[in-house]
Amino acid sequence: MAEKMNQTQNFLKGIVKENPVFVMLLGMCPTLGVTSSAFNGLGMGVATLFVLLMSNIVVSLVKSQIPSKVRIPAFIIIIASFVTIVEMVLEAFIPFLYEQLGIFIPLIVVNCLILGRAEAFASKNNLMSSILDALGMGLGFVIALTMLGAVREILGSGSLFELKFVSENANTFILFILPPGAFIALAYLTVLFNKISIKTS
Amino acid sequence: MSKKKDTFLNMVVSLFVITIVAGFSLGFVNDLTVGPKAKAKLEKKVNALKLVLPTFDNNPVDDILLVQSELAKDSIEMYPAFSENKFVGAAVIGSTEKGFSGLIKIMVGFNEGGNIKNIEVLEQKETPGLGTKMKDEKFLAQFREKNPSNFNIKVTKDGGEIDALTGATITSRAFGEAVQMAYDEFVDNKDSLKKSKK
Repeated sequence: MAEKMNQTQNFLKGIVKENPVFVMLLGMCPTLGVTSSAFNGLGMGVATLFVLLMSNIVVSLVKSQIPSKVRIPAFIIIIASFVTIVEMVLEAFIPFLYEQLGIFIPLIVVNCLILGRAEAFASKNNLMSSILDALGMGLGFVIALTMLGAVREILGSGSLFELKFVSENANTFILFILPPGAFIALAYLTVLFNKISIKTS
Repeated sequence: MSKKKDTFLNMVVSLFVITIVAGFSLGFVNDLTVGPKAKAKLEKKVNALKLVLPTFDNNPVDDILLVQSELAKDSIEMYPAFSENKFVGAAVIGSTEKGFSGLIKIMVGFNEGGNIKNIEVLEQKETPGLGTKMKDEKFLAQFREKNPSNFNIKVTKDGGEIDALTGATITSRAFGEAVQMAYDEFVDNKDSLKKSKK
């Protein structure tokens, strides 16, 4: 029973209590860079979720075979391989999304969220816990990026998931699609998120 | 299982094994995706051709004409369109490095007389929500059925007749330049285009 509770905890902590974006502030580069629309945020989140899941699985499986002095280069090779695979698959089968995410796909390699989870969790825990941890953290990341993207898209373009709800000529807060808008929106969302999560706990 | 010791041999072997496995799996995935990748690219090109060219019955991709020009680094691609063996127009790839974030690549379709039939954006990295609006109907409509020989495709700020995109003058300017380049190349190579049917 305690074991089961623990596993649920492994999964849930990434979504609220240790949300990678709003609480741990990890992976800021893609968070700020690609979230100019809800769809871009979602796409980036899902790509990261996949890489995180695969790298956590592999790291957890091979952890006892890697001498600790070379663990970081080993993890990086594993992560970089999965990122390259994601890039090739996206380019071949979802070219539309590949074009949208562009330069940010190779940058998943240096997303500290992924290396962070490999180092802090997967290299110390068993396979099942690592999978749940990756799913939880990944989902937390997806939710955060989609929320940020949605806020910026609504304010900046007057649309949500490309569905426009203001007229063609309406003035929108263009600032929010530009880089400074990312920082402003992220800051307010972080405040809001933490206020709510502190209240409920 | 206990943790492997940090001996030199252990470190070399484990890194070696990891890189070998990573290398082979990447090669394997590359083999799987190289076909679909090329197909996706070709499909995109063919779709763009259908959008920008007048009705045609040849295969423009087979009849492609490549020309070297000082206007662009790579050779410029031109796709002639024929209907019942008569030359009806051509699609020319225009590009410029002067976009707000570098390269903008567009495909411009001309009819026989050099009037712009339609334009399709192939590659761009402009600011989402600002520069990317160059793909919108409202902006593109300004170019349709115009002939750059008697219609100034510069933005109004530079004395032209194109209304620039709000907040994206640089993009609009670059776009006009790419169209101009495509037109210049089309005019220069019209004769060879007419003969390029295989």
